[in-house]
Amino acid sequence: MGLLDYGSGNLHSAARAFRNAGADVVVTSDQAVLLQQDGLVVPGVGAFAASMAGIAAVGGIDVIRRWAEAERPLFGICVGHQILFEAGHEHGTHTDGIGLYDGEVIGLDARRLPHMGWNTVVAPAGSALFSGLGDERFYFVHSYAALTGPADALVTTAEHEDARFVAAVERGHVSSTQFHPEKSGAAGARLIANWLQTS
Amino acid sequence: MPVALRVIPCLDVHDGRVVKGVNFQNLRDAGDPVELAAKYSAQGADELTFLDISASVEARATTREMVARCAETVFIPLTVGGGVRSIEDVDALLRSGADKVGINTGALARPAVIDEIAKAFGNQVLVLSVDARREEGMPSGFGVTTHGGKRSAGVDALAWAREACDRGVGEILLNSMDADGTTDGFDLEMLRAVREVVDVPLIASGGAGTVEHFVAAARAGADAVLAASVFHYGALTVDQVKAGLREAGLEVR
Repeated sequence: MGLLDYGSGNLHSAARAFRNAGADVVVTSDQAVLLQQDGLVVPGVGAFAASMAGIAAVGGIDVIRRWAEAERPLFGICVGHQILFEAGHEHGTHTDGIGLYDGEVIGLDARRLPHMGWNTVVAPAGSALFSGLGDERFYFVHSYAALTGPADALVTTAEHEDARFVAAVERGHVSSTQFHPEKSGAAGARLIANWLQTS
Repeated sequence: MPVALRVIPCLDVHDGRVVKGVNFQNLRDAGDPVELAAKYSAQGADELTFLDISASVEARATTREMVARCAETVFIPLTVGGGVRSIEDVDALLRSGADKVGINTGALARPAVIDEIAKAFGNQVLVLSVDARREEGMPSGFGVTTHGGKRSAGVDALAWAREACDRGVGEILLNSMDADGTTDGFDLEMLRAVREVVDVPLIASGGAGTVEHFVAAARAGADAVLAASVFHYGALTVDQVKAGLREAGLEVR
């Protein structure tokens, strides 16, 4: 498993969580090393534009696109999930995303922001990611989200106040979560194990 | 269902050990941080907060090592505060495995550091710790203190909370210096007053003694409840608190 190193804050937590679930994890920004791995994990914390800039600086945009085209297993976390959409709008700035998913990431329409803490999700029938995780809560920390997922994907949703948003996307070999499975205790560990098993 | 009310054990760390005193005085040893973190996580803690109260540069390095060891074994969010004054301090803590960073005196000394940190890492990473108490002459009646409650910062607590949110903190940890360590209950009056003026998540801290105290803080508008002594000395377990909150009809994990 390759974990894309572009300076994201949750890098080491994500590496540890995937290792705990039994994966061999290499943390690197070296494209040659990454391309030798069976799977690619894109972590993320913070702002959409800063993360896209960080990923671009290490040549990660090309790696992620090639990965998806080759239909190899890819997992995005939080901002690593958001940047798979077409674009992000933060603080009034439009930033292009990678564009694997249709749709854009916008500010959540809620009073209490950031949306911070443990929330429930509604997973669709047939979700491999949420297998055995029906009523579990996961740890979210974000103020922006996609409100709709790609039409051809299994889309899991969550709600904060009156805002419903995309909590996870599963489409072929690509999966991603708005929440942090690496910080979601036993439920997050199970979700990572589910992904490792089915990817 | 709404986002769950978070229960957060707080570990005051001094030279790599957890300590606890009353109003920051008479510190007593309360155990090994990594062992306590694992214990609280197993009891259902939703998050952990470490406040580094050691003074030297060497001790801060010890704390970062301790945070790294915690992040190896505990898979819930970790907030670390104490001595944070710059982007570099935040970066070092995040690299050690912290998910969020608490800032207090550093922000009072130079409020613009809040803008700088929020811009670099996003506002979700920054928790403003406000040590406040009743203070005559303050417009809201509540003033900010420094040095563990010993000195007035000469700043109104509500005005400061509002300014920090405008600058970009993602959360406020409101610690009552009147109630801290007393186990007589959270300062609900101050909690309601701050809740009125900020929209970011609000963590109530200081004075927890019984399950009812936690319920009252949640009803007064807290998004999270933080405590130290009751957990360290075994008066309550995290699961007892969460069971009590659930019985009172509040959403918990």
